[in-house]
Amino acid sequence: MKRVGVFVCWCGRNIAETVDIEALCRQLGRDAPVAWVEDYKYMCSEPGQQLMKKAIAEQHLDAVVVAACSPNMHEVTFRLAAEAAGLNPYRLEIANIREQCSWVHRDRDQATAKALDIVRSMVEKVARDEELQPLRVPVTKRALVIGAGISGMQAALEIADAGHEVLLVERQTYIGGHMAQLSETFPTLDCASCILTPRTAEVARHPRIKLMVASEVIEVGGYVGNFVVRIRQNPTYVDWSTCTGCMECVEKCPRQVPSRFERGLGTRKAISVAFPQAVPYRPSIDAEACLYFTKGRCGICQKTCPVGAVDYEQKPVIHEEKVGAIVVATGYELFPKARIGEYGYGKYPDVIDGLEFERLNSASGPTSGRIQRPSDGKVPKEVVFIQCVGSRDQEKGVPYCSKICCMYTAKHAMLYKHKVPDGQAYVFYMDVRAGGKGYEEFIQRAVEEDGVLYLRGRVSRIFPEGSKLMVWGVDTISGEKVEIAADLVVLAMAMVPSPTARDLARVLKVSIDEHGFFSEAHPKLRPVESLSRGIYLTGCAQAPKDIPEAVAQAGSAASKVLALFSSDELLHPPTVVRVDPEICSGCGLCVKSCPYEARQIDPVSKVARVREVLCQGCGACAAACPNGATQHINFTKEQLMSMIDTFTGPPDGAGRER
Amino acid sequence: MKVAYFPGCSLHSTAREYDQSVRAVAPALGVQLITVEDWNCCGATSAHSLDPVLSLALPARNLARAQAAGHQVVVAPCAACFNRLKTALCQLEEGGEAAQTIQKVVGFRFHGGLQVKSLVQLFWEDVGVGAIRRRVCRPLEGLRVACYYGCLLVRPPEVAAFDDPEHPRAMDDLMAAIGAEPTSWAAATECCGASLSLVRGQVVERLVSTILAWAQRAGAEAVVTACPLCQSNLEMRRPAHIKMPIFYFTELMGLALGLPDVKRWMRAHLVDPAPVLSRFYPGVGARRGG
Repeated sequence: MKRVGVFVCWCGRNIAETVDIEALCRQLGRDAPVAWVEDYKYMCSEPGQQLMKKAIAEQHLDAVVVAACSPNMHEVTFRLAAEAAGLNPYRLEIANIREQCSWVHRDRDQATAKALDIVRSMVEKVARDEELQPLRVPVTKRALVIGAGISGMQAALEIADAGHEVLLVERQTYIGGHMAQLSETFPTLDCASCILTPRTAEVARHPRIKLMVASEVIEVGGYVGNFVVRIRQNPTYVDWSTCTGCMECVEKCPRQVPSRFERGLGTRKAISVAFPQAVPYRPSIDAEACLYFTKGRCGICQKTCPVGAVDYEQKPVIHEEKVGAIVVATGYELFPKARIGEYGYGKYPDVIDGLEFERLNSASGPTSGRIQRPSDGKVPKEVVFIQCVGSRDQEKGVPYCSKICCMYTAKHAMLYKHKVPDGQAYVFYMDVRAGGKGYEEFIQRAVEEDGVLYLRGRVSRIFPEGSKLMVWGVDTISGEKVEIAADLVVLAMAMVPSPTARDLARVLKVSIDEHGFFSEAHPKLRPVESLSRGIYLTGCAQAPKDIPEAVAQAGSAASKVLALFSSDELLHPPTVVRVDPEICSGCGLCVKSCPYEARQIDPVSKVARVREVLCQGCGACAAACPNGATQHINFTKEQLMSMIDTFTGPPDGAGRER
Repeated sequence: MKVAYFPGCSLHSTAREYDQSVRAVAPALGVQLITVEDWNCCGATSAHSLDPVLSLALPARNLARAQAAGHQVVVAPCAACFNRLKTALCQLEEGGEAAQTIQKVVGFRFHGGLQVKSLVQLFWEDVGVGAIRRRVCRPLEGLRVACYYGCLLVRPPEVAAFDDPEHPRAMDDLMAAIGAEPTSWAAATECCGASLSLVRGQVVERLVSTILAWAQRAGAEAVVTACPLCQSNLEMRRPAHIKMPIFYFTELMGLALGLPDVKRWMRAHLVDPAPVLSRFYPGVGARRGG
């Protein structure tokens, strides 16, 4: 018989107030397999761990139950301590008598009785636990970063600078993401491209970054350290390896279409490069706009190209790559305009969104940085900025705060005033959320130095009257209705996840939240990890955030990748499932029930197999297995039944003594 | 086209001319109205302010009557009736606890397959502007109207489920079809104050004066509505100096279609429509001296 030691933690008063520790220990001491019982005020503390180590050695314990908080908190702490004392760490189990007992009960007697049941059931389990060694898997020290916005580029650079190869995949034909569209950045008003282009150039020339633009991740297999990724490279219809970037094709192209990069405010050619500082600086053909593709004639670009790089026959190419870690940096989009009809966005040309204003304000934009309204090119004298359009709107929009709009609206209003000093800027706001270094001061500057008029309240309606846009709102501080005859209205639209995020989440098998943002493993303590090992999150893919935050998170995600790459082998928990091939009938129910693709039927022996490193130990297959061929190591049917027997046995514990 | 007609209480009292014009215009456009037998009040506004079950059971009873008579489409001219009937229908279709309750209270079993439409919607979606335009014999050319939808006709979008809740155009299209010129204006979906007219008249006066001022600014000669309460509020609670007639859309349609009873309907108006309409129909006007 095993000698089990039980260590009961008071957790200060968290447990001791509701559970009678003394009675609990007394009862446990009478149970047959329990060779040693000790209690301590804080078992997780250094002296608490010492006490446990000492008992393991002196009492020759060969299994331990720590009755304390959730195993999520200190299972690792105690297992490491047990290992240091010479006990196999998988011979230590946590009995959770805090979250599952003392915190949720008031009656001391009943809570004590329940705590006793919980500990006893764990004693039954631990007495049957096997000694295990962690599984070892090799690591491919190469990272995949999905999305080459500022956050993705930063993560790629940091991993590459540390000496590892990075595959940077971007859906667009250029890198830089939304930041490439911005004119200036808050709170310093430095030019966005001035700080972005050194980064894009660095990415482009970095010897360890393999850049794949116009590409999408379509399939991900494998597991941490050993992912196999399939990437579809979409055709640009220009062979970039021979193209010299002379742009003669762009010049000669007869077809003008609204530019997505300029958010429809400017035009581009059907063969074009998104913007002058685009990296890579190579043209691509938009097949939906191109005359050759839509009408079957033209072909001017092909005739013009001096090196014969234009290739109408180009097809998507699928690449298969091996990587050890994945960073998701798919960024954001703005809330769909069709859903805010009351502001007439999409109906009235002079109602624009924040990104459109960025383009109007950008020196490389459609107006070369002059603030002109889209309808007639006039310089607007009265500009209304509306914050929280779609954000914090449970009825029609999204319930969350998009976080950056207060700041960029202040920036917009300031930039406008700097360019049109005799104009008036109004900002309708719900609250001004300016938490950040230098942020509040920035808002103050907008109000005090640039005379931006802040009106606390919502706008109910915008409608055209002559060449003006009438803005109806309310100033809730004065309690007055406000009517402004505006020349231009700028909407600070809610940030929503990239439209590709949902599909990508499915491909990666990581979870997303109700809004479509990727879910982090823990909101405070593991903010850049997904729940799948080896997949990390950064930037607006995880939640709305500004540039400094997106960059900081990129560094954090990169450091996680580097930590993963710091050893040649990864340890995988050995508490996976195991198949008894003698019993297995090869029915395949386990394959269907496994959410991690860890189960297969061996084509030769026709019995089920376990791909151990993929197995997350969830136990779904063990439950599904009709004849018990699949057993969860250290969670066998025998262990589970013995635990259940303990719970359902006589309450006084009679008959337990063996 | 045969449809069940739910006139609603207002059309039997303050909005009698709406009822009369509906009964005249619909057949002229090939729509046969069959009044829901033994119909009852939809409950607005009292029921849905006080009793959630009653607020659904009252309109549901009418749907039960329509279903029993084998109708597929129930048409309500009044915006509030439409809203209540459609809300009850949505609940029945959803089939939740509320659906069970109201079926029990009313004592019927909902089979599904029933549609509730506002009259504007029926003319716009089912009759179609083309068919209407072809039947116009007296086009109201040059008549500048502001189509007033009020806050309820196309809302809430998940219930009303027709037209654009922020920029509706169904009535504008109907008016254009009869030759009138609908103007783009600000207050098309503003609230008129509705039943506050009974208890807080001043609130309604303020709202109505804003609405009419916007109609004037947009250059409208008249306002067109599809709601009895909007019509009466706009006529009764207007500032004395604004003498803009408020028409039911069916009245102007009747006029354009050359129907005989137009004069009778117009007599019920509190603002004399003669200055606006006499160029299309000499002799039309409100009843003098009460």
